Amino acid sequence: MSLSESQIERYGRQLILPEVGAQGQQRLAQAKVLVIGAGGLGSPAALYLAAAGVGTLGLVDREAVELSNLHRQILHTTRDIGQPKTASAAARLTSLNPEVAVHALQTALSAENAAGLLAPYDAILDGADNLPTRYLVNDACVLLDKPLVHGGIVGFDGQLMTILPRRSACFRCVFPEPPSPGEIPSCQQAGVLGPVAGVIGALMAQEALKLLLGAGEPLAGRLLTFHGRRSAFREVPVRRDPGCAVCGDAPAIRTLQALEPVCYEKGSDPSRTMVSTDGV
Amino acid sequence: MAVKVRIPTPLQRITNGQGEVACEGKTVSDLLTDLERRYPGIRERICDETGKLRRFVNVFVNEEDIRFLQGDQTPLKDGDDVSIIPAIAGGA
Ligand SMILES: [Zn+2]
Repeated sequence: MSLSESQIERYGRQLILPEVGAQGQQRLAQAKVLVIGAGGLGSPAALYLAAAGVGTLGLVDREAVELSNLHRQILHTTRDIGQPKTASAAARLTSLNPEVAVHALQTALSAENAAGLLAPYDAILDGADNLPTRYLVNDACVLLDKPLVHGGIVGFDGQLMTILPRRSACFRCVFPEPPSPGEIPSCQQAGVLGPVAGVIGALMAQEALKLLLGAGEPLAGRLLTFHGRRSAFREVPVRRDPGCAVCGDAPAIRTLQALEPVCYEKGSDPSRTMVSTDGV
Repeated sequence: MAVKVRIPTPLQRITNGQGEVACEGKTVSDLLTDLERRYPGIRERICDETGKLRRFVNVFVNEEDIRFLQGDQTPLKDGDDVSIIPAIAGGA
């Protein structure tokens, strides 16, 4: 497979990078990336991956676009309100780059469907909005040996780490267990400034492209934190824990566990609803 | 003996919006006690009822995870840098 003239033009400014080139571009075209959550982080991440020519993009999200999403979820527009986010995202990404196959997976990730949803993909980006899903994604990626890029945002701040299963620290190596139901005192939606989603989401796309291209050094074994009030980044080294419940030497978790909601809105079905919480 | 403590975003409500505060303590455990004295209500967000670090929160002393040091008995000295980092739920 060689690049067409329009591909050479479209991707020219990245093709000239020695880390990309025609071979790298073809590698991207054959790559499959799954983005969990077509929201704050998923929006910029998916836009950059589609723009870069990643051949197949899967998007998992069960929600519909709401007006209150639009200050940060830049995949969606006012016209999309009420539509499934996956449909709105697919339309936007396809219009950005018709060469990308977008798989709109309008479902909630669960212990039952996670392995099947993740299996076809080369790399996973976690932009979920709740901790139980994040632990589930981590565990699924370790069990299926899929590289995972984790991102989180709250307020003016964010965090990011890349997980190469059993080679670098996983999410549980750093944060061993999710909160138990009721352990988090406040369950109101946490505020976030829109550009924070852009900063962390763009870095997630960058990590994914590096992994797919085999370029640079992945953010593995390091937890990067972004402090937007001071416009500063910091990082702490994170180690793989031999006692980790999922990637350790004698893992207790060998199959995916059902999600336990940390907190839920009154009157809603607790098995399905997990509202955003701020983690502590 | 002052130690710099970096407070995560969700707990900055308790520290009057400050992302960094100065505290004292010979160990991480002492430091958390001093932090609680200065900012009542903060300790229970970091530790459970038995005083153990919550499992979705991590503490780093000079960028080293205290679970790979001496846990909450990790000794501190003047000028040390302590970061409290929780798992962040938000992404949407
Ligand atoms: Zn692990």
